[in-house]
Amino acid sequence: MSAVNLADQTNLQPFNGEPIINDFAFTVATKNGSGSQTSNNVLVMSLFKMGIPVNGKNLFPSNIKGLPTWYTIRASKDGYTARKAITEIAVVMNQDTAAEDIKNLPVGGICIIPREWKWGQSRTDIIYYEIPVDEIVKNSEIDKAFKDRVGNMVYVGAVAQLFDIPLETIYDALLDNFNGKEKPAKMNFTIVQNAYKWTAENHTRRHPYRFAPMNATAGKIVITGNEASALGALFGGVTVVAWYPITPSTSLVDSIMDHKHIRKDPDHGGDTVAIVQAEDEIAAIGMIIGAGWAGARSMTATSGPGISLMAEFTGLAYYAEIPCVIWDVTRMGPSTGLPTRTSQGDILFTHFLGHGDSRQLVLLPGSVEECFEFGWRAFDISEHYQTPVFVLSDLDIGMNNWMAQPFAYPDQPMNRGKVLNAEELESFIQEKGNWGRYLDVDGDGIPYRTLPGTDHARSAWFARGTGHNEMAVYSERGDDWVRNMQRLHRKFEYARTTLPQPETDLKPGAKVGILSFGSNHDAIREARDWLRERDGIETDYMRVRALPLAQSVFDFVRNHDQVYVIENNFDGQLNQLLGIEYTDSRAHVKSMPLGDSLPMTPEWVYASIIGHRAGK
Amino acid sequence: MTTSRIKTNTLGLTREDYKGRPSTLCPGCGHDSISNQITSMAFELGLDQSKVIKMSGIGCSSKTPAYFLGRSHGFNTVHGRMPSVVTGATLANHDLTTVAVSGDGDTGSIGLGQYKHLIRRNVPMVYIIENNGVYGLTKGQFSATADEGQELKYYGRNELPAIDLALEAIIGGCTFVARSFSGDAKQVQALMKAAISHRGTAVIDIISPCVTFNNDDKSNKSYGYGKEHEIPLHEIFYFAPDYVEGKDEITLQNDYEGLIEVDMHNGAKVKLKKLDRDHDPRNRQQAIEVLESSHRDNIFLTGLIYYEEPRMTLNDTLRLTDTPLAQLPESKLRPSAEALKTLMEKFS
Ligand SMILES: Cc1ncc(C[n+]2csc(CCOP(=O)(O)OP(=O)(O)O)c2C)c(N)n1
Ligand code: SF4
Ligand SMILES: [Mg+2]
Repeated sequence: MSAVNLADQTNLQPFNGEPIINDFAFTVATKNGSGSQTSNNVLVMSLFKMGIPVNGKNLFPSNIKGLPTWYTIRASKDGYTARKAITEIAVVMNQDTAAEDIKNLPVGGICIIPREWKWGQSRTDIIYYEIPVDEIVKNSEIDKAFKDRVGNMVYVGAVAQLFDIPLETIYDALLDNFNGKEKPAKMNFTIVQNAYKWTAENHTRRHPYRFAPMNATAGKIVITGNEASALGALFGGVTVVAWYPITPSTSLVDSIMDHKHIRKDPDHGGDTVAIVQAEDEIAAIGMIIGAGWAGARSMTATSGPGISLMAEFTGLAYYAEIPCVIWDVTRMGPSTGLPTRTSQGDILFTHFLGHGDSRQLVLLPGSVEECFEFGWRAFDISEHYQTPVFVLSDLDIGMNNWMAQPFAYPDQPMNRGKVLNAEELESFIQEKGNWGRYLDVDGDGIPYRTLPGTDHARSAWFARGTGHNEMAVYSERGDDWVRNMQRLHRKFEYARTTLPQPETDLKPGAKVGILSFGSNHDAIREARDWLRERDGIETDYMRVRALPLAQSVFDFVRNHDQVYVIENNFDGQLNQLLGIEYTDSRAHVKSMPLGDSLPMTPEWVYASIIGHRAGK
Repeated sequence: MTTSRIKTNTLGLTREDYKGRPSTLCPGCGHDSISNQITSMAFELGLDQSKVIKMSGIGCSSKTPAYFLGRSHGFNTVHGRMPSVVTGATLANHDLTTVAVSGDGDTGSIGLGQYKHLIRRNVPMVYIIENNGVYGLTKGQFSATADEGQELKYYGRNELPAIDLALEAIIGGCTFVARSFSGDAKQVQALMKAAISHRGTAVIDIISPCVTFNNDDKSNKSYGYGKEHEIPLHEIFYFAPDYVEGKDEITLQNDYEGLIEVDMHNGAKVKLKKLDRDHDPRNRQQAIEVLESSHRDNIFLTGLIYYEEPRMTLNDTLRLTDTPLAQLPESKLRPSAEALKTLMEKFS
């Protein structure tokens, strides 16, 4: 929190102290389905256009219309993008939650609230700005039919006036929001202007918060993780997508549809991506396994409940060695859980998905840039290893808007893996005497495959989930079984060394290590700065990016006096995995799972670590 | 040497070349004779095995793709979910010809949903149901196609009505629906040839006795019952696209009264010669009535029950490029760096 004591600013005097610039956060409380998404987007994009690092997060209910929803917008001149536990400003637009929203404000906080509610000013240590929302809409000259849809533009105008967002910038953002269409942009802008004017004429500014133009967003993009994943898949050459809608993964496939035109076959004009909405997730995974077997780059996107339904089929793909890519945009919960809340609770489940012995490859993107990169790379990995690849994004990365560097074009040609066409098969047989689907010719555990349709009398093989020998012939012999499982194990160990390796940030002399993955990154980054600045505690940080865990993870654990394993699930699943794979003493390893269904905050990370150290 | 006596087909292959591995089913199992018919059908049509995929779910019936077409890629998937795997495979490569085998348990219970949705999407394939009224592989439980009142030694009496998978197919929009009996090799053959020429999902529900768990003469899924009671609707003749009158063995007088002729998508012709009953498979109401009367009157009608000009296949509806997706070169799979740059500007 800001160190300035603002309690005395709650009277009607204009503020004349030191301003706080580009370093505060808003909560916008509205009702789900009331159209506030446009207003919030416009605010975020306006700040982005002003060059201010900004991040917006939608905390929404599992409901189409009516239930409370919150949107947090954080501007940070230092580029921190994590969700803040407490926001200085609340735009209170939902009577059902108003009491709580006002209560959550810190001392000196700001409450923007509709005047017609006659809510009263229960707190004396915050600043109220009452705005006549209905009256402004009523007096605005816009088509009557639209009046009940533009109410949320009033707070955009009030915020613009109270915190210094230029009206032209708002208009630009509106135009972008409506894909350049002037008519809706102008109509909404009318409300914004009127609210701005009313606020200027009727309120004295009594707070220190200001936006001021910076130059920190030039050349950057704003995108959701799901869009990034979709673009990654399209640049990765996806050809078959089968899916069944489920929050928070739906917008990933929607986005493939939105952008698949970039993949039209220029010679024919037809699509090069087939997208099928399956009857359920079992069918979706079945389709992509069939497609992967037949040579497509195939993928699905789902969330926890869908993963549950895919268990049997992914066991088959693991064992029959069929490539396919499964995005799990993780949401909270066993069962249906909290469908619109974020989580990292599926890593153990996906890693071991399938009955019997199976260990699946898992990628763990921690940013929208990595969603794009893993979007294309997952196909290379899957075809290289001839196995399913799970990519675990989450609701926070997937559905929220993030500022990012424009994505880097894939730096490697596609790796289609060991696939023999008819001629290659012929020379393979000439050279090696024989070809068998599951023969480990190269010693890396990865066999050679042929695709259906290969015009060669000996190309056929029989894919099956039953016991088989190297020639893909049915076998119930124990030695065949064990040999096959040992080869799969070799493949898995090889993957440990080649999958995306962890990213580390090491500080000289640091004795404390933080181990984490995925979307916790921003909260941890900020908390580490606080630990250093406030408490003089220097930390090393390792962000795991794939399973199986790389050797460097074990080294990291071994080389620190104290290790905190921070993750956003209830049971501490990464820590459990460490327990399976790391055989030395873990007495110095402290599991710090959160799992409260919200994006992690730096406050929580900081307090957890400080609390643990104090308790020592 | 007497090799000259061995018959070869248009590809110069013998029937032997279309066989798979030796069967491990119970001797006398109805499923084995269907595997034999598939082998013969493919041999006689001169199918290029490298372009065929043989697919199945799980069950005794679903094991059989290992026992025919040894030069085709095959996939023994999971119980009841073969349809989705075929859907994906043929999306990836629309040049593949699919011959799939399922059981009455595989299709009628665990897989009923995928069955209906496959048909709805009209994925081109031959879908053979080897229907024995029981779960063979799990030792003889009733399946959902077992008739009401049917008795089994261990499981007693079935009190529930049967699901008729041919009827489900018609109602679900299938454009080729047949029923046959594994003891009627000639009809099975002709139907399979017609089915493989069809551009859409072609379902053949074949009563295929389980000699181990459901072959009592009283059971309407037994050999004894089938042999005694089968009433073919027509005599079926299949004429390959390259059929030349006189050259081939089949002859049929075209002036036969009530002859029904169906032109298949690939140029083949199917001719149906009327027997005792009047049935026009192009009439949906009649087709449904044939199946309903089978249950009502407890009779065993076989043959081509329903046929309709195929509607769009799933691939057609997706408006894909003409090259099979699995064969697209990298240049068509990865847009240019320039394309990425343009896209990025839209997000800035
Ligand atoms: C998910 C799942 N549940 C149960 C089984 C066990 N199972 C194997 S075959 C079968 C029934 C097969 O019956 P049907 O399809 O009629 O084939 P049949 O053996 O009669 O030819 C069952 C239940 C399985 N393999 N998978
Ligand atoms: S149990 Fe029945 S269905 Fe299975 S192989 Fe034996 S006879 Fe055939
Ligand atoms: Mg059966």
